[in-house]
Amino acid sequence: MSESRVIPTNYVTKPEDLKTSSGRTLRTDEMIINMGPQHPSTHGVLRLEIVVDGEIIVDAIPHIGYLHRCFEKHAEHMTNYQQVIPYVDRMDYVASMNNDLAYALAVERLLKIEVPERVEYIRVIMAELQRIASHLIAVGTFGIDSGAFTPFLYAFRDREFILDLFEMTCGARLLYNYIWVGGVSHDLPPTFIEKAKEFCKYFKPRLVDFNNLLTYNEIFVKRTAKVGVLPRDVAINYACSGPMLRGSGVDWDLRRDDPYSVYHKLHWDVVVGKGEVGAVGDCWDRHIVRMREMEQSVRIIEQALEAIPAGNVQAAIPKRIRPDHGEVYVRTETPRGELGFYVVGDGTASPYRVKARGPAFVNLSVLPEISRGAMLADLVLIVGSIDIVLGEVDR
Amino acid sequence: MTPQEIYDNLKAKFGESILEAKLDALQPWIRVDEHRTKEICVFLHDEPNFRFDYLMCLSGMDYNNGALGAVYHLSSMSHKHKIVLRANCPKENPRIQSVSSVWGTADWHEREAFDMFGIVFDGHPDMRRILCPDDYPGYPLRKDFKVPEFYNGMKVPY
Amino acid sequence: MGILNYKFENSNVLITSLDSLLNWARLSSLWQMQFGLACCAIEMMAASASNFDIMRFGVIPRATPRQADVMIVAGTVTLKMASRIKRLYDQMAEPRYVLSMGSCSNCGGPYWEHGYHVLKGVDRVIPVDVYVPGCPPRPEALLEGIMKLQEKVRSESLAKKAPAK
Repeated sequence: MSESRVIPTNYVTKPEDLKTSSGRTLRTDEMIINMGPQHPSTHGVLRLEIVVDGEIIVDAIPHIGYLHRCFEKHAEHMTNYQQVIPYVDRMDYVASMNNDLAYALAVERLLKIEVPERVEYIRVIMAELQRIASHLIAVGTFGIDSGAFTPFLYAFRDREFILDLFEMTCGARLLYNYIWVGGVSHDLPPTFIEKAKEFCKYFKPRLVDFNNLLTYNEIFVKRTAKVGVLPRDVAINYACSGPMLRGSGVDWDLRRDDPYSVYHKLHWDVVVGKGEVGAVGDCWDRHIVRMREMEQSVRIIEQALEAIPAGNVQAAIPKRIRPDHGEVYVRTETPRGELGFYVVGDGTASPYRVKARGPAFVNLSVLPEISRGAMLADLVLIVGSIDIVLGEVDR
Repeated sequence: MTPQEIYDNLKAKFGESILEAKLDALQPWIRVDEHRTKEICVFLHDEPNFRFDYLMCLSGMDYNNGALGAVYHLSSMSHKHKIVLRANCPKENPRIQSVSSVWGTADWHEREAFDMFGIVFDGHPDMRRILCPDDYPGYPLRKDFKVPEFYNGMKVPY
Repeated sequence: MGILNYKFENSNVLITSLDSLLNWARLSSLWQMQFGLACCAIEMMAASASNFDIMRFGVIPRATPRQADVMIVAGTVTLKMASRIKRLYDQMAEPRYVLSMGSCSNCGGPYWEHGYHVLKGVDRVIPVDVYVPGCPPRPEALLEGIMKLQEKVRSESLAKKAPAK
């Protein structure tokens, strides 16, 4: 923790100075505080058991499982591989298209089928639009955690445009059941491409607004710089991924380094944190990685909208999915990090085992390491910068 | 390194602890002795030719023939190769050696495998349930699990 | 309505005007306890954001149950969470209402069949006033649920109800 902000100790009363008027020295001790499952800043039902010494955190132990919805048991009992997709949606409910995509890719690799190119482009457009929507929620709620309410309203206003695009295509606002094994459920409506281009043109100046309002605001910078520093080797050892990993300076993005779909045909930059206002790997770095990733997503969407070919999106959807004995692990880059699905098929129409490796589950396990020595108010920001979604942590 | 080279290197170093392998599968896997997983993983993590520094996923499995197991998906960020390890254990006495000192992320994954399957990981610093409540009866993802009728006074089935 | 509810014998013009005043005051400022559990919480947040804006109905989010009138249970209730929900409901001061949002808290939702850790409906632990169906319900559906709750509040009375025949 040598890089973290040093708490000045000149105004902290030392224990030996706490004396009553009769000369008796007071005893100080550690305290356990419970930041319970219902809390406005815990982004869901997360319980933190915090051991504090005064205001400074000695240990922060997360307790999860308050949203454990038995996804893996449901996946084993479904009569069809396609029926698992609504359950996969509800795991990371903020980035539902990316979840669908990861599971569909896993089952397609197990079945060894290829999808038409139009389907690949539609999937990339939907995944990147969903990435923007998810990052808007992340930065909006991060602003609320640090006390700023207006960026939240701006973020949700812009998110409504993306949800309108999704609703136009598949009818749902939050949980789509759109990307199926072998294709997508509906083709793009006729006005989708021009509306998406309009959105891209509308959104780019909004990001500048947002940055001026929140990211470069002096109060926000003072609160997030050098807080919750995650060193590079700790991040790799704890298998962090996504903006957590890239914020610590590790240049690793699954869309480029373990490519899937048509990402290898598109050009964009991988955003890495450089410690511009504090230390490399602090909360501000993770935040700026998310902001700049939104710009890069707009770039990807514009390229994909130009290059999308014609075709039949339902051509490769298999009538019966009955893979042979085999297993596969496929990972994709969701807004939170590396989402992996370990799918085991046993020759019947239902999966034998589906294990979902959620990025938020793995990223949250590093919380005790990065919050030692921080103050209690900083803990809220650290949890906000990890960007957890409890549906994915607990599955 | 190809999976065949990884297998040959491991076999040369650990001999009879490498039990079986299927290198022509879609994703090649190697089964190892469940009481020596830590040594093998330390070797895979530290050796410069391998450098498996990223544990992608650790899943529990119920093979429905009296055996439980853990499946380790490893990858290397520098060499960009991947391998799958397996460690099986009998259902009556499910114990596997823990690898949480090699990769910090294995901590929570092993707790989840314990919660769902009942596999006890030897050497784990904090072996307790993570998702289900501490007094939940049974291990849910086993194939012979029966849903309890009541839990703390609440009716569980629909 | 708490300790004064249905306590007065005859309904006269003083009681009915007091009724309307109290009911109007209560339904116009239903402060909600922020209790988003799962996916429906995102739609609840979208409902309080600028496009749909439930604050114009007087519904302000409060962090603590002691200052809240209505608890909007948005999301799946698990067995681990159920005891905490009961405790939070007990901490709310009367008059208190519960609005169950989404099919998971109505009846278990998509997890009804094999959910070994899902409570099939929050009404197994606390009494619910309004159920809003949907998975997740649109923000407009949540607004309609709040309006139905307001109708329910409007029909409360200090006078004793006539005995059922």
